[in-house]
Amino acid sequence: MESLAEILAPYQDRRRDALLPLLWDIQTAFGHIGPDAVHQISHTLRVPEADIYGVITFYSLFSANPTAETVIRVCTDPICGMAGAGEVVDGLCHQLHIRHDETTPDGKYAVSPTTCLGLCDHAPAALISQHGHRELAVAPVIPETDVSTLSGLASYQSNVSGEILLKGVDGKHVESLAEYGSYRALHYAITTLGPEGVIGEVEKTALIGRGGAAFPTATKWKMTRQAMGQPKYVVCNADESEVGTFKDRVLMEGRPHLILEGVALCAYAIGATKAYIFIRGEYPKATQRLQLAIDEATQMGLLGANIFGSDFSLEIEIRRGAGAYMCGEETALFEAIEGNRGFPRIKPPYPTTHGLFQKPTVVNNVETLSTIPGIVEHGGEWFKQWGTEKSTGTKLVSISGHVHRPGVYEISPGMSLRQLLEAFCGGVMGNLQTVLMGGAAGTFLTPDQLDVPLTFEDLRAIRSTFGSGAIMVFNETANIGDILRRLGRFFKHESCGKCFPCQLGTQRQMEILERADAPLMGDRERLRDIGLTMTEASLCGLGQTAASAVLSALEKWPDLLTVKGQPV
Amino acid sequence: MSDRVTLTIDGQEITVPAGTTLLEAAAQLDIEVPVICYHDATTSNGLCRVCVVDVNNGRLLQAACVTACANGGKVETRNERVERSRRTILEMLNSAVDLHQAPAIQTLMTDYNADPTRFPDAERREHALLDDNPFYMRDYSQCVLCWRCVQVCAEDAQYTFALTFGGRGFDTHIATAFDIPMPESPCVFCGQCVGVCPTGALKPKIQWGMEQGMTPDEIRQSTRRPRRRREETEEG
Repeated sequence: MESLAEILAPYQDRRRDALLPLLWDIQTAFGHIGPDAVHQISHTLRVPEADIYGVITFYSLFSANPTAETVIRVCTDPICGMAGAGEVVDGLCHQLHIRHDETTPDGKYAVSPTTCLGLCDHAPAALISQHGHRELAVAPVIPETDVSTLSGLASYQSNVSGEILLKGVDGKHVESLAEYGSYRALHYAITTLGPEGVIGEVEKTALIGRGGAAFPTATKWKMTRQAMGQPKYVVCNADESEVGTFKDRVLMEGRPHLILEGVALCAYAIGATKAYIFIRGEYPKATQRLQLAIDEATQMGLLGANIFGSDFSLEIEIRRGAGAYMCGEETALFEAIEGNRGFPRIKPPYPTTHGLFQKPTVVNNVETLSTIPGIVEHGGEWFKQWGTEKSTGTKLVSISGHVHRPGVYEISPGMSLRQLLEAFCGGVMGNLQTVLMGGAAGTFLTPDQLDVPLTFEDLRAIRSTFGSGAIMVFNETANIGDILRRLGRFFKHESCGKCFPCQLGTQRQMEILERADAPLMGDRERLRDIGLTMTEASLCGLGQTAASAVLSALEKWPDLLTVKGQPV
Repeated sequence: MSDRVTLTIDGQEITVPAGTTLLEAAAQLDIEVPVICYHDATTSNGLCRVCVVDVNNGRLLQAACVTACANGGKVETRNERVERSRRTILEMLNSAVDLHQAPAIQTLMTDYNADPTRFPDAERREHALLDDNPFYMRDYSQCVLCWRCVQVCAEDAQYTFALTFGGRGFDTHIATAFDIPMPESPCVFCGQCVGVCPTGALKPKIQWGMEQGMTPDEIRQSTRRPRRRREETEEG
């Protein structure tokens, strides 16, 4: 095993922005980051010890205290929960004769519940952290699975269907550079189109961001290109942590070069020479495949200095998140790259002028950037053959729960939810009760709403959302109260704690949802006040949507939180 | 002129230099917007959201302490939505934190009709009293997480960096690295954190002793043996 000194050696000339990578190296090697390590990190990176401690305790995959040699984290969010995650946690604990969050006496194992791991189509999923090894995501796990054989479950294969972004993706294999091709769109952009030309094509598409906030991509790029301040940055948001969402994982595991070319085109268009891909720590396979693809492309001269002999150079660096839903929020993500706790910033100023390191920055979702090579190669009009006037291009959706074929599907917006469930997913298992649309921060839809066309505008019209593209399907056997309890725990676990409404509201919301089977008088009104306060007064977009599903459930099911049929 | 903006706040028109916050503009009109985390001497972070106001009936309420006045804006500092948010935040805060030594927040509770018993069976943020140095006591059960102490310990004043946040979400708490006692931390006992604390969370030790009914001798005695007292407290 590497010694602490050996780990620190390459970081001698680095500063605070290297904190997360360094913490990862130490966490992986030793299973925790103790006082001695923090002391030495402080001297190496010149960061106060208290700050380092604060960062360690913010991220759930870092630990300031010694951990078991192998920590098994089992997702207990709605889809995994419904698939028996609770029994899995109990089963594993039973095998090991321990309780939740406890370590075996020999220090070898610990088992704990965790939040969504993005393997919802193989529920229940788990993440294994073993000293000296990279994380390993495994699924599906059953209560009887022998802990020593868990690592054999890492070769999950998602159902995938799509012709444009997902072309050739089978949910298992990774597309090599030879299969992908030598970045033809980037070549065309550099030799023919020019930066303005690239933005022009993106503008023609009316593309809107795929991460959840639905902001027009070309507008963001133009503003960043025009912004004063150098250098400029591109950040690819691969922190896909919204419950029920795994489309970016499938894309990254299957077509890393498509994403890299998209990042490169964006950097070229806005005038950046450095890009970051910030990927959640729970996605080890996608991380590894992206890194290999970066190395491959750099070796072939498609990334790095003077690409295609031009004066355009680009370095793409992968940064691993460390267990924080919050870092999917763009400014919290910047804070993480800069080596801080993932607290969101106050906006304005916006990232287009004051982003990463306070410099003009484009931050785009993985899927958004992966649309760019096709748009540049075929022109903006090509993209508009799919979708509707306002929801152009193809869109990826992650479908999980009670359907025959859960998976990632590339759809042409405009098709109805009913068509999607029937044509792509092999139909609903049993009788449909509800669909949670858009993730934990989304809204519930009922069977009478199945004909809604899947477009940004039509979903907004019924006060729902595409959100992250997560579609969770529940049949009549699902217990709405149980789903809500799990969502409540998710937001309580993931609130960063910066602003009062979300910090306090997610806790109080969870407490009320936990007792929903025997509610107290006034609980409905309490949930409504908490929900509306978080929605209207929270500091960031994640807090503002932390009550979205709960508020929609209160509307949809007046019987929720009733005592003897009487609302409380 | 582009460097000045005109807006209305609660129906009154006002023209202010661009960059003026809504909180400052309201104050000029003698309109009081309530605050908890805001302090003149520290960077505003828009944490408590008690200062939220309604701008142009927008989807979101805006924190007055960090939102700049915009030309033509129509601001309401107190309407039904604003009141609901303020009241709910106060009720939730009161259900989590010991506010008995925070008179300003108590006054807000009354002003906004906040029900102190709104959230029964709520988990409270309870921490043992920390008595680990001769100068001040730390009772984080009274901490509202306004961040002022962390800020003055860092770039807002002292550049000492003894303090940080431990944990996250509801479980966030003010901490030293690995929760080491203050004398082992970089703390220089400048007292600025105590000065900006809006509740009884940080308190000069002598004041604390006097409140406990200790004699000056007893207080002196206790400050000379801080470590031993801490052990006693923990055992008790």
